[in-house]
Amino acid sequence: MKILVCIKQVPDMESKFKLDAAGLWYARTDLAWRMNEYDEYAVEQAVQVKEQFKDADVTVLCIGPEQVKETMKKALAMGCDRGAHIADDEVWAKEPFEVAGVIAEFARGKDFDLIFTGMQSQDRGSGQVGVLVAEMLGMASVSTVVSFAFDGTTVTAKRELEGGVKACINVKTPVLVTCQLGMNTPRYPTLPNIMKAKKKELLSTPVADLLKVDKRQETARMYFPEKKGGGQVLEGDLGEMADRLIKILKEKTAVLS
Amino acid sequence: MKILLVAESREGKVLGGTYELVAFAAKMQAESVMFLVGDEGALPKYDGKLYLAEAKACGEYNPDVHKQLLLEVVAKENPDMIALCHSSYGWDLAPRLAFALGAAQVSEVVGLADGLPVVPVCNAKLRRDVKAKTAKTVVTLQAGAFGLSEEPAGTPSVEKLGGAAAGRVQFTGYEQAAAGGVDLGKASVIVSAGRGIGKPENVAMVAALAKALGGEYGASRPVVDAEWVEHNRQVGTTGQTVAPKLYVACGISGAIQHLAGMKKSEFIVAINTDKDAPIGDVADVLVVADLKQFVPLLTEKIQAL
Ligand SMILES: Cc1cc2nc3c(=O)[nH]c(=O)nc-3n(C[C@H](O)[C@H](O)[C@H](O)COP(=O)(O)OP(=O)(O)OC[C@H]3O[C@@H](n4cnc5c(N)ncnc54)[C@H](O)[C@@H]3O)c2cc1C
Ligand SMILES: Nc1ncnc2c1ncn2[C@@H]1O[C@H](COP(=O)(O)O)[C@@H](O)[C@H]1O
Repeated sequence: MKILVCIKQVPDMESKFKLDAAGLWYARTDLAWRMNEYDEYAVEQAVQVKEQFKDADVTVLCIGPEQVKETMKKALAMGCDRGAHIADDEVWAKEPFEVAGVIAEFARGKDFDLIFTGMQSQDRGSGQVGVLVAEMLGMASVSTVVSFAFDGTTVTAKRELEGGVKACINVKTPVLVTCQLGMNTPRYPTLPNIMKAKKKELLSTPVADLLKVDKRQETARMYFPEKKGGGQVLEGDLGEMADRLIKILKEKTAVLS
Repeated sequence: MKILLVAESREGKVLGGTYELVAFAAKMQAESVMFLVGDEGALPKYDGKLYLAEAKACGEYNPDVHKQLLLEVVAKENPDMIALCHSSYGWDLAPRLAFALGAAQVSEVVGLADGLPVVPVCNAKLRRDVKAKTAKTVVTLQAGAFGLSEEPAGTPSVEKLGGAAAGRVQFTGYEQAAAGGVDLGKASVIVSAGRGIGKPENVAMVAALAKALGGEYGASRPVVDAEWVEHNRQVGTTGQTVAPKLYVACGISGAIQHLAGMKKSEFIVAINTDKDAPIGDVADVLVVADLKQFVPLLTEKIQAL
């Protein structure tokens, strides 16, 4: 059984973002990078399937500059078998159709039974790449999955809908699943597994070898949204802030009277 | 400009997002037609042409079939744009259509700038104007971005779409959210814990502040996913929608899905170490502080009143 899991490296969302020189994306310096949160669930699910079916082989794929290998090593330490790094220093400028095109080109002819992606990336957040990859490969796909079971041929899953309702579905492999928060409990890599991961295969391929599709959209402008509302900001001494907040609550709300 | 609006219905009821699509078409000053997999007995209000496929025959979730039906409508109407809600239905279907049509897809549109769709980046900390390079564009619209205050009027002229083959994904039914437990909707004060609480033990300090204020405690999704707090206390699109007199967000960044569940609160206080956290956009007061120090101190002072 062959499994592919796609991960993206994204900045910590609590970072102080700045625009890059061209004003088309955020500046990629002085940021702490990590695995896209949604993709942690994808890696965990792939590894759980591997534990269930001992013959499974899990490839983790990431498109990006050299530094994404750090994030890939985490996925290897979580239990993926091999890493396919698609080297691309300009990945930030690729739109979802191009990203999906590269992944599909890599996967084509490799007969993956299961492909896992996150439902969206935390920075670009298009929520397109997973489903697009499946369409490009002519494969069935199910998005926004919060519960996943597999018997070797049929996936039984739950899609999360608005308001906490779930849609139950069955689908036969090959199938691509996009993973939603809470699908499982992503494991922390243990020290022995981190050591073992260092010996695992992690090959790089230049993105030019796999990019066969054209750009369908581009960023005209990127900017910070105007700050809305005249909300008050309290900073400084904790005790003084607490007193001021209590005063505001007394004046503006009825909850402390 | 002609837009095909992809309406939504669940368990036979038309969903509200459908009317936001109508508002979007109006804002674009575009001609529109609508598509719905739904029930003939529960049609959306709409003053135009509606292509209707019966959900009983096609299934409410059946991406292969819904895509095929939509492609038939696109062939007949030749729209310039196809608009869906940025919802579990819309973001699942949109890339399938975009691929089949050779179209660019612009996801989670929050507004228009000089006619170009605007989308959020990095948890809404940044925005981007997007230019499609294809003849047709598929867009998904963020809930509430083009909202209508009331439903549109009108009865659609219905054109029925015929039979559909089986799809690869088999839909077997809905699972409703577990009932029971607290009813956050009744609380006049809600104090919610976000991932910023750091560890499960700190739920207690948030609950203590809620108690001191005579209210209930709630949570953002990561806190619920980690099972530190039960799901019926989750606020947001996939939890509860609340509008208390006072909402206090402790260590919550203010992702759109959380805001959707609480932004109608009468008064909002946010406690966050990040002065730029998007929650600041809806907060009446943003306290820039470590909640682990500030929340117990505030609770003490309130108890002493
Ligand atoms: C389809 C879909 C549906 C979703 N539905 C929901 C939903 O119903 N409800 C929901 O909440 N989310 C939902 N989400 C998830 C949502 O996108 C966010 O991931 C989530 O709301 C983030 O929760 P958070 O703000 O607690 O965590 P984070 O975004 O991680 O924010 C933590 C915040 O805590 C602050 N902080 C850290 N330490 C401290 C400290 N010591 N003191 C004070 N502040 C601190 C940080 O500055 C940060 O702003 C959904 C997502 C999707 C894709
Ligand atoms: N650069 C990348 N490398 C590998 N996978 C990616 C990359 N970008 C996006 N993905 C995958 O596509 C999913 C959805 O991303 P997006 O469409 O950008 O929201 C992510 O959760 C990843 O699984």
